[in-house]
Amino acid sequence: MINVHVYITLKEGVLDPQGQAVQRSLVALGYDEVETVNVGKWLKLEIADGPDVEARVEQMCEQLLANPVIENYTYTLEREEKV
Amino acid sequence: MKAAVIVFPGSNCDMDMYHALTDFIDAETVDLVPHTAASVAAYDAIFLPGGFSYGDYLRSGAIARFAPVIPSVITEAKKGKPVLGVCNGFQILLEADLLPGAMKRNKHLKYMCRTVDVNVENADTCFTRAYEQGERLRIPIAHGEGNYECDETTYETLKANNRIAFTYASDVNGSIGNIAGITNEAGNVLGMMPHPERAMEKLLGSEDGRRLFTSVYRHWRDTHAVTT
Repeated sequence: MINVHVYITLKEGVLDPQGQAVQRSLVALGYDEVETVNVGKWLKLEIADGPDVEARVEQMCEQLLANPVIENYTYTLEREEKV
Repeated sequence: MKAAVIVFPGSNCDMDMYHALTDFIDAETVDLVPHTAASVAAYDAIFLPGGFSYGDYLRSGAIARFAPVIPSVITEAKKGKPVLGVCNGFQILLEADLLPGAMKRNKHLKYMCRTVDVNVENADTCFTRAYEQGERLRIPIAHGEGNYECDETTYETLKANNRIAFTYASDVNGSIGNIAGITNEAGNVLGMMPHPERAMEKLLGSEDGRRLFTSVYRHWRDTHAVTT
């Protein structure tokens, strides 16, 4: 099995209302040093290992997991060590 | 005119849409077509209602876009048949790439449910021909993700080609250019966040949505005029 961690964030320049709300709340709590917050999504997929894992994850992101019009995505693969 | 109202798991404005089509225009048939249907080729106009298709779990409209019925909706849209998506239906049209752009959470992060002023920006489409250019309508909105986003080039293209059908009279959710509804290039696909199907009766607040359905009907009647 491979663990795939997919991170989805809004593209640079796209207004992030959730991020702004969180930033304002942090400042209200006294964390004045917080200048920006971006809120995104993390998806963890457990998938069977195979020859085209990366290409298929890429397709999953493009096709369904992210909306490429407003979102960027990155992912990391984590292969479990065989015991 | 044969009309199809597509029902997704989580659609909740399907019966309002059905009501609008059956009780206010002379449609020959109005069918509630399940999301599993293989084809909508038999219909003259297709309506994607509001709601929360598939619970909007990943992203509004993202999962519905892969419903079995969607390829046929895309095929019929490309043939030029009127396709209307309201609210969640609009979000599905964006995800299916029948319209450009994407939806974000409302600017103030609030779900909004109230009646707003909407301007008719283009009264020259098959959905708006019964309206006056520049007319101001009262139409209800009910959405948390109606903040329409697109890149500058797309926005300029929408403006230049009269593809902005409706705008809000004020900034209600943060949408670029106060966009409330846009069409595709050919003008036969309309996505809009306000709910015309909830504005059919004065008793319930407004009947300004009626003429949208009248427009679609008249368009069909004129393009299918019986020639003897």
